[in-house]
Amino acid sequence: MTENTANNLTPPENLTPSVFADSEPGKIQDHFDLFQTDPYQEIFEYKRQFEGAHSKEEVARIAEWTKTWDYREKNFAREALTVNPAKACQPLGSLFVAAGFEGTLPYSHGSQGCVAYFRTHLTRNFKEPFQAVSSSMTEDAAVFGGLNNMVDGLANSYTLYKPKMIALCTTCMAEVIGDDLGAFIQTSKDKGSIPQDFPVPYAHTPSFVGSHITGYDNMLKGILDCLTKDKKQETTNGKYNFNLGFDPYIGNIRELKRILQLFEIDYTVLSDNADAFDSPNTGEFKMYNGLTKLEDAADSINAEGTFFFQKYTTPKTQEWIGKEWGQETYNFRPFGIRGTDEFLTKLSELTGKPVPQELVEERGRAVDAMTDSQAWIHGKRVALYGDPDHVFSLVNYLLELGAEPVHIVVTNSNPEFEEELQAVLDASPYGKDATIWGKKDLWHLRSLMFTEPVDLLIGNSYGKYLWRDTHTPLVRIGYPIFDRHHMHRYETLGYKGALNLHNWIVNTILDELDRQTIIPAKTDISFDLIR
Amino acid sequence: MTTVEQNQELIKEVLEAYPEKAAKRRSKHLDVYEEGNSDCGVKSNKKSVPGVMTTRGCAYAGAKGVVWGPVKDMIHISHGPVGCGYYSWSGRRNYYIGTTGVDTFGTMQFTSDFQERDIVFGGDKKLAKLIDELEILFPLSQGTTIESECPIGLIGDDIEAVARKKAEETKKPVVPVRCEGFRGVSQSLGHHIANDTVRDWVLPKADEYRKLPEGFEPSPYDVNIIGDYNIGGDAWPSRMLLEAIGLRVISQFSGDGTFNETVMTPLAKLNLIHCYRSMNYICRHMEEKYGIGWLEYNFFGPSQIAKSLRKIAAQFDETIQENAERVIAQYQADMDAVIAQYRPRLEGKTVMMMVGGLRPRHVIPAFEDLGMKVIGTGYEFGHGDDYKRTADYVKDGTIIYDDVSGHEFEEFAKQLNPDLIAAGIKEKYVFQKMALPFRQMHSWDYSGPYHGYHGFAVFARDMDLAINNPTWSLIENPWQDK
Repeated sequence: MTENTANNLTPPENLTPSVFADSEPGKIQDHFDLFQTDPYQEIFEYKRQFEGAHSKEEVARIAEWTKTWDYREKNFAREALTVNPAKACQPLGSLFVAAGFEGTLPYSHGSQGCVAYFRTHLTRNFKEPFQAVSSSMTEDAAVFGGLNNMVDGLANSYTLYKPKMIALCTTCMAEVIGDDLGAFIQTSKDKGSIPQDFPVPYAHTPSFVGSHITGYDNMLKGILDCLTKDKKQETTNGKYNFNLGFDPYIGNIRELKRILQLFEIDYTVLSDNADAFDSPNTGEFKMYNGLTKLEDAADSINAEGTFFFQKYTTPKTQEWIGKEWGQETYNFRPFGIRGTDEFLTKLSELTGKPVPQELVEERGRAVDAMTDSQAWIHGKRVALYGDPDHVFSLVNYLLELGAEPVHIVVTNSNPEFEEELQAVLDASPYGKDATIWGKKDLWHLRSLMFTEPVDLLIGNSYGKYLWRDTHTPLVRIGYPIFDRHHMHRYETLGYKGALNLHNWIVNTILDELDRQTIIPAKTDISFDLIR
Repeated sequence: MTTVEQNQELIKEVLEAYPEKAAKRRSKHLDVYEEGNSDCGVKSNKKSVPGVMTTRGCAYAGAKGVVWGPVKDMIHISHGPVGCGYYSWSGRRNYYIGTTGVDTFGTMQFTSDFQERDIVFGGDKKLAKLIDELEILFPLSQGTTIESECPIGLIGDDIEAVARKKAEETKKPVVPVRCEGFRGVSQSLGHHIANDTVRDWVLPKADEYRKLPEGFEPSPYDVNIIGDYNIGGDAWPSRMLLEAIGLRVISQFSGDGTFNETVMTPLAKLNLIHCYRSMNYICRHMEEKYGIGWLEYNFFGPSQIAKSLRKIAAQFDETIQENAERVIAQYQADMDAVIAQYRPRLEGKTVMMMVGGLRPRHVIPAFEDLGMKVIGTGYEFGHGDDYKRTADYVKDGTIIYDDVSGHEFEEFAKQLNPDLIAAGIKEKYVFQKMALPFRQMHSWDYSGPYHGYHGFAVFARDMDLAINNPTWSLIENPWQDK
C-alpha cells in the first residue's frame, strides 16, 4: 500500500490490474471485491489530495464528538432542520390504499416527478410493479391551473388503461396553486374524458400537511365517500368491514381473512392490496390486482361495523364513518398475544361463537416459542421507530416479551398517540425507561443511541446506517425494506404474526452474538453451538 | 415486409389504443431507424402526455438526484415538503469514500420539511436558520446546495438572497438551485439548472475557494471526469484507465466528487464527459470561458473503450498515445477470456432498452461485444442531439421510442419478444411478470461497476445471469393449457 498521506502527487504504480481476482483465476470481481483490492485502495488515497479533504485526525475527532452528550444537546436544539426523517408525504399513502380496490388506477394530479418517486418507492419495497399516472403539470399549469392536464390525463388514462375507477390525489404543486378537484373532474366528465357515472374519488393530499398516513386516510375517505353515495339501505348487510391502514405486510391481509373465515364472518376488507403487492408470476402481466370489489366497497356503508387496526392512520375516515354512516367503528391492534386475544374475543362476542380451536392452538404455539427464547430477549434494551400505529403494536409486543423499549422515535407523531402509548408504557415494568420522541428523526435517534446505548434497533432499511454507526443490530420491521427480500410477504398479525416477529427478533440477537464471538482464539470461547 | 416496415406497422397498431389527440402527439415520438439516416426521426424533450404513464421524473430529480447529489462533502437540502428528499434518499447508488455524517453526506436526507405555515408565511427564515444548524452539527461540510421543490417557486421565496447571506456568514459556498419539479418537461431541465448554478455560483469564485494539493504544479495531462456519477463505482475504473494512460484526473464531477474538485475543474486541459446529456452545459461554458476543450467518451465494452482511449490519447502527445495502445493491449487477454466465457451463452440474444442520459446509445456496443443485438431503444428525457448521436449506434430496423409510455413499452415488448429488457425499476417487475429477463440500467440492478474493462466483466456476467436464469423455466406450470 502507498503511504497514507494526503499529499502524494504520484499515482499508484499498478493501474492496470486484471479484471479477474488474483486469488481465483477467472473470478470476476464486482463492487464488493474490486474496490477492496490494493490498486483501488491506492487510487482512493491518491485522489484525496484533490478533494480538499479534512485531515483524517480531524474527521476522527469530529466523528467522536458526534457521539457525545454535547452533540446530542446541540442536535436536539434543532428547530428548522430535519435529517433522515422517518416519514414520507401524503400521496404515497393515497396510492397505497387506492391499489387495494378492484380495477383502480391511482392518479396523481400535479408535477409528474412525484409519481415516478412513489412508484419507485413502492416497487423497491415490494418488488412488484406499481402502476400509477400523473397529470404531468408544468410551468404553464402553474400559471393557469391544471384543468387542461386533468381533462387530457383522465381521457388518456381511461382509454389506455381501462380502469374501473381512478383514485385521484394531489401533489403539493396542485395544492399550492389551489386546483379545484371536484370542479375539474366534473369538467372532465362534461368534456367527455370519462363517462359521467365513472367513479373518480379524490383527495387533497398536500405534502406539507401530515405524512403518508394522512394521505392514506384522506384517500380512503375519498374512495368510500364516492362509492357509497346513495347506497345506504334500511337494513344492514350483516358484514363487517376491516381496514389495516398503511400496513406493508401483505401477509397480514391474508392472515386476517383466514381468521375471519375460521369465525365464518362475512367481511369486506377495505383496501385489500395483498395481490397488488404480491401477485403470482404467471408469465402474464396483470395491471390491476386490487381485491376489494367496488360493489363490496359501495355496500360497506351497510355493514354492521368497521374495524380499524391503525387508529392514528385513519382518524378522519373513522369520524366520518361514525357521523355519515352512523356505523360503529372498532379499534383493535391484533399484534402480539394480548392484542390478538382482545381482537379474537371481540370477534367471538360479535358472532356468539367460541374462538376456533385452531387459533387457540396457534396461540399456544406462539406463547411456547416466546417462552423457549425468553432468556435471550428478557431485559434487552430496544430502540425503535416508525409510524404511530406500527410502533404502538411493536411496543405492546416487546413488553409482552419482557424486552425494554428505550428510545421510541415517531417522526409523524401526534399528542393523542403519545398519551395513549405513554399509558401503556407506564403500566408495564418493562416500560419505565422508555421515552417517546415525537416529531424527532433518525439523526436524533443516532445521538440517543450513542449516548444511551441499546441492545437492539427495530426499524426499516434506513436503520442500517444507525447499525453501521452504532453497531446496534437491526431487526428490519417496517417500511420501506429495500435491502432484504420478501419480508412483506409474511404476516406480523395474529398469533402467526407474533411468531414471525419473534423469530426475526430472537434470531437477529443470536446472529449478532455469533458475529461478536467469531474471532478464533479471542472471542470464540462463547461461539456456542447450542444457544 | 422489411423489419423497418414491420416495426412501422407495429407503431401504428400501438398508437391505435390512444385517444386521437394523444395518438397524434405520441406518434411524433416513435419511429424506426433506417440505415443511412443521420437521425432517429423522433421528436424529443417535449411535454409528456398527461395520464399515459411516463417514466420521467422532474427537475428536482435531475438537479439533486443526478448532478449535485453525488458531491459528497456538501450538504444538499431538499427544500420544501418531506417527500422529494425521502423518495430520493440513497436511491442512486452514487458510491463515495468518506465518513458519512461527518465529512461526507451522500446517503443522508436533509430537508426543511415544509409545513402549512411555511407555505403561508414563506420559508426563507426557516432556510436561514436551517443552514445555521447545519454549521453547528456538520462543521466539516464544505458547503450547501439548496434544491427547491415545487412550492418554493410558487410561493415566491427568495432562496438566492438567503444563499448570498449565508455564504458570506459561513465563508462556505451556498448554492441556490431553482429546480422546482414543475419546471421543464423532465429531469433534463434540472441537469441544466444545476449546471448553470455551477457556472453562476461556483466557478466565478473558484480561485477563492480552491485548495490546491501541496506541491501542485499544473500539467499538460490534467483532465476532469465530467458526468460520471459513480453508480456502483463506475467512475473509479474510468479514472484508473485515464491515469493508466498517463493523464492526471484532477476532478471528478460529480460521482465521488467534492466541492474542491468542482473548483479544480478550470485548471484542467480537457474535460472528458461521459454523460453528455446532463453535463454538456458546463463543458460548453468552460470551453467558452476558460478555453478548455471537451470530449465525449464511452467506456462501455472493450470495443468502445479502445476507441475512446485512442480518441482521448489523440488529444495528447505520443507518450500518451503509446500508453493507450499498451493499456488496450494489456487488457486484450482479459477481454478475450470474458467474451469467450459469455458470448456463446448470449450470441444472438435481442435487447430492448429504455434509460436516461447516455445509456440508450452508449451501452449498445457493449451488448454487441457479447454478440447481442439491440432491437429497440429510447430515452426518458433525451434531446435532439442525443437522438442524432444515437444514429451512429443503432442498426437498421431498430425501433426508437422517446419518453415511452407504459402502454407502448409493454406492447412493443409483447410483439418483439426480446430476450432481455434493460430499463428502470418501475419497469422491471412489469416485464418479469411477463417472463421477460430484465436488468436495471440506471442502478445496474445493485451490481456494477459497468464502466471500463473491470466493469465490462461484471456487465457480461450480469447479462448472462439475467437471461440464462433457470427460474424463467419454472413460470409455466405443468397443468396449464398449452
